[in-house]
Amino acid sequence: MRRNPTMMNPSIQFNPMTPTFLADVNETFWFPKQASTFAPKIDFLYDAIVWISVLFFIPIVIAMIYFMVKYRQRPGYKGSPEALHNTVLEVTWSVVPTFIVVWIFWEGMVGYLDMMRLPVDTEDVKVTAKKWVWSFKYKNGAESDKLYLQLGRDSKMIMRSDDVLHSFFIPAFRAKRDVVPGRYNYMWFQPTVEGTFDLFCTEYCGDNHSGMITKAIVLNSEDYEKTLTELAKEPEDIVARGKWLYERKACKGCHYAGAEGAQGPGPSYNGSWGKSVPLAAGGEATFDENYVSESILNPIAKARKGYENASAMPSYKGQLKEDQIEALCAFIKSLQTAELPKK
Amino acid sequence: MSVVTKPVTMPAPSFEAGTEDNYLTHTTGFLSWALTLDHKRIGLMYLAGVMASFAGGGVLALLIRLHLWNPNIDKTQALFSNQVYNQIFTLHGAIMVFLFIIPSIPAALGNFLLPIMLGTKDVAFPRLNLGSFYLWICGAAFFLFSLFATGLDTGWTFYTPYSIESRGPVVAATMGVFVLGFSSIFTGLNFIVTINTMRPPGMTWFRMPLFLWATYATAIIQVLATPVLGITVLLLAAERVLGIGIFDPKLNGDPVTFQHFFWFYSHPAVYIMILPAMGIISELMSVHSHKGIFGYRMIAYSSVAIALFGFLVWGHHMFTSGMADVTTIVFSALTFTVSIPSAIKVFNWIGTMYQGTVSLNTPMLYALAFIFLFTIGGLTGLFLGALSVDLHLHDTYFVVAHFHYVMMGGTLVAFLGGLFHWWPKMTGKMFNDFAGIVSAAIVFVGFNLTFLPQFVLGTRGMPRRYASYVEEFQDLHRLSTIGAMMLGAGLLVAGLTLLHSLFYGKKAPMNPWGGATLEWECQTPPPHDNFSTPPTVGDPYDFSNIEYDPKTGGYFKKK
Repeated sequence: MRRNPTMMNPSIQFNPMTPTFLADVNETFWFPKQASTFAPKIDFLYDAIVWISVLFFIPIVIAMIYFMVKYRQRPGYKGSPEALHNTVLEVTWSVVPTFIVVWIFWEGMVGYLDMMRLPVDTEDVKVTAKKWVWSFKYKNGAESDKLYLQLGRDSKMIMRSDDVLHSFFIPAFRAKRDVVPGRYNYMWFQPTVEGTFDLFCTEYCGDNHSGMITKAIVLNSEDYEKTLTELAKEPEDIVARGKWLYERKACKGCHYAGAEGAQGPGPSYNGSWGKSVPLAAGGEATFDENYVSESILNPIAKARKGYENASAMPSYKGQLKEDQIEALCAFIKSLQTAELPKK
Repeated sequence: MSVVTKPVTMPAPSFEAGTEDNYLTHTTGFLSWALTLDHKRIGLMYLAGVMASFAGGGVLALLIRLHLWNPNIDKTQALFSNQVYNQIFTLHGAIMVFLFIIPSIPAALGNFLLPIMLGTKDVAFPRLNLGSFYLWICGAAFFLFSLFATGLDTGWTFYTPYSIESRGPVVAATMGVFVLGFSSIFTGLNFIVTINTMRPPGMTWFRMPLFLWATYATAIIQVLATPVLGITVLLLAAERVLGIGIFDPKLNGDPVTFQHFFWFYSHPAVYIMILPAMGIISELMSVHSHKGIFGYRMIAYSSVAIALFGFLVWGHHMFTSGMADVTTIVFSALTFTVSIPSAIKVFNWIGTMYQGTVSLNTPMLYALAFIFLFTIGGLTGLFLGALSVDLHLHDTYFVVAHFHYVMMGGTLVAFLGGLFHWWPKMTGKMFNDFAGIVSAAIVFVGFNLTFLPQFVLGTRGMPRRYASYVEEFQDLHRLSTIGAMMLGAGLLVAGLTLLHSLFYGKKAPMNPWGGATLEWECQTPPPHDNFSTPPTVGDPYDFSNIEYDPKTGGYFKKK
């Protein structure tokens, strides 16, 4: 069950012919690829506990089945009811497991402290979790909805939530930390493999919790710097800029636009511009610059009909500037003829 | 309900002949049940209530599994929308925890058995007992309201600040929890007083049946921990309704404080759920092995140890929430202390079979299934207690599988075993043993098929509470769904077996299994006053003078 990290082939491709419960993107039966310095240590302790468990479980089951058969009630057989107590046996099966769990505790603690002790020189990324998107901000001010990381570099996540609890989890890194509103939580890791890995939210956060998935992309230092520079450039074209903001300001987490974004939690942008839309409080509103700008700054004022029970959109007052709202309007306008999602 | 018309003939001369009068026929009419103070009738009403809740929660579980048949990345193909899915898993959890598991064994079986095992007429406070049943009904009504009102979608844990801003009926649901808490406290209080003051002469603490030890330990947790849950949900309601800042960071509150409050109750509550199940298993293993329990004192002490340690480990639900390192490490260390008494019990149960005379009937097979499943549930707890490994497994399907192995493979299977074991005493009818064994086999296989794949889903990184998932998890999810359908079918067979016995079952003898505790010296079904003369108290696990009588199909105690 142990793997040698040097044997890993970073370019293993998904093979559609392999049943996924045998081996797909997983390197082993239990785990996805080991892609951080934490992974081998955690997998080692996991495997050790698997063997300890097997060592206990198999004898228990064998004894159970053996006694079931050997001492079963049958004509002509009568058990003897003497064995009711055996101090030596009872002390042994209390003390031996105690030593074993102390070892497990110790190993777990040491591994935990390694993960909590932040290195001094780190590449910092500001992580903002918001229903239901991740947003990452880098040292040069660039923002992205995917997490870009540098191969072999200690990376520190400085995490905050804009609304409810979230949790940052990259299975391939074996790293997880809750993102708690009202405080900063920190975590760090060092990616050891280039590639793209799943990044999940693992603390229930409402309607589209299961859509709060993005990717962690590990690049070599050259590509990393190049990508960061690229990301820092805001597009010139106003529509492209609107889309750029749509992807970075969490709009994507609820509103379907073009052919991307979440379907369901909020109304889709497609085919809305210029139309008359029904309101939850009754009446209608014309979907224009005024409506969009009011809905961004004070979302509840003119909530749409059919979204009464949806999770409320937070206000963007102070977070978006006038020209950014204009860019978003231009983007929505460009979707005037786009198709609505099927639902 | 069936009516027993013939008296049960007693082979043992020390007992007077049975009369037609039993607790089911003592009085008739709706009010005679609704206003009864008889612990046996209250127990039966609880049984009907918790079984109905279980059926409801179970159907929701099957809907969850059906929804997860597909990855649902394409929402148009999904069985339910995300919102509906979230409401379904919330209600599944809330119903199963608050309406089914917590009251199942203590309130249904415990109410029926505790006074009879003590050889007394009733519990110490019969009116309080009826009151706690009506509080349960009242709490259940709040839950039904949240079911039919605009859905509750916070998860059964009501984590803040989501539960503050959610548009679901959080206040109604938390009031339901509050009321159910009182029901639980009253039952616990009643049991503590009854066991402390009403034990018959000769029944010292160490001559008590182990089911009573377990019930006693449970009652202590119910009385000490449940008020904290009451406080927590009241604070939550105050924050939602009055806008007082406690848990919501927008009002300068701290969401992690809610988690501390919540788990300070809800972790001990895990032991409210599992300890009575362990008590049942101790009885079942001993009676059906026709041999005294192995290491009586160790089992009794371990129940109390689990109850006490159980108060100190709540922090392991928050290893990833950003607690201080020292706190986290201390909670991890304390968590491991609970594993030892649990392991001791498993070893003792196996030891009980050694050199015994093991009857492989329905209750015993459920008990053996319990040991198998509970051992897996306990061992997988080691992974979650180890801090570094937990950081990977926390909030994934590994946790889902772990607690279902303990709660469902443990408590539910033990509850079923106990129900089959005491069913003849409660109803006066024998069930079809073959059908019972078939149900145990289907439940066992179906259960493992449902939850073993979920461990692997968890280690591969599948998060909990996801309405949709990335495609690589699909095969394991499908295995799990097939298992769940099988599990549902097995439980249906078990239910039908019991229902069938009510109408077509043979009349049950007084002591069908050969038990030595006092309930087996009581008539079947018990008369209104349980015992006309106080029974003599012996060793509850002395089977040496219990003999089989082929005439009645039951056992009797030789003089």
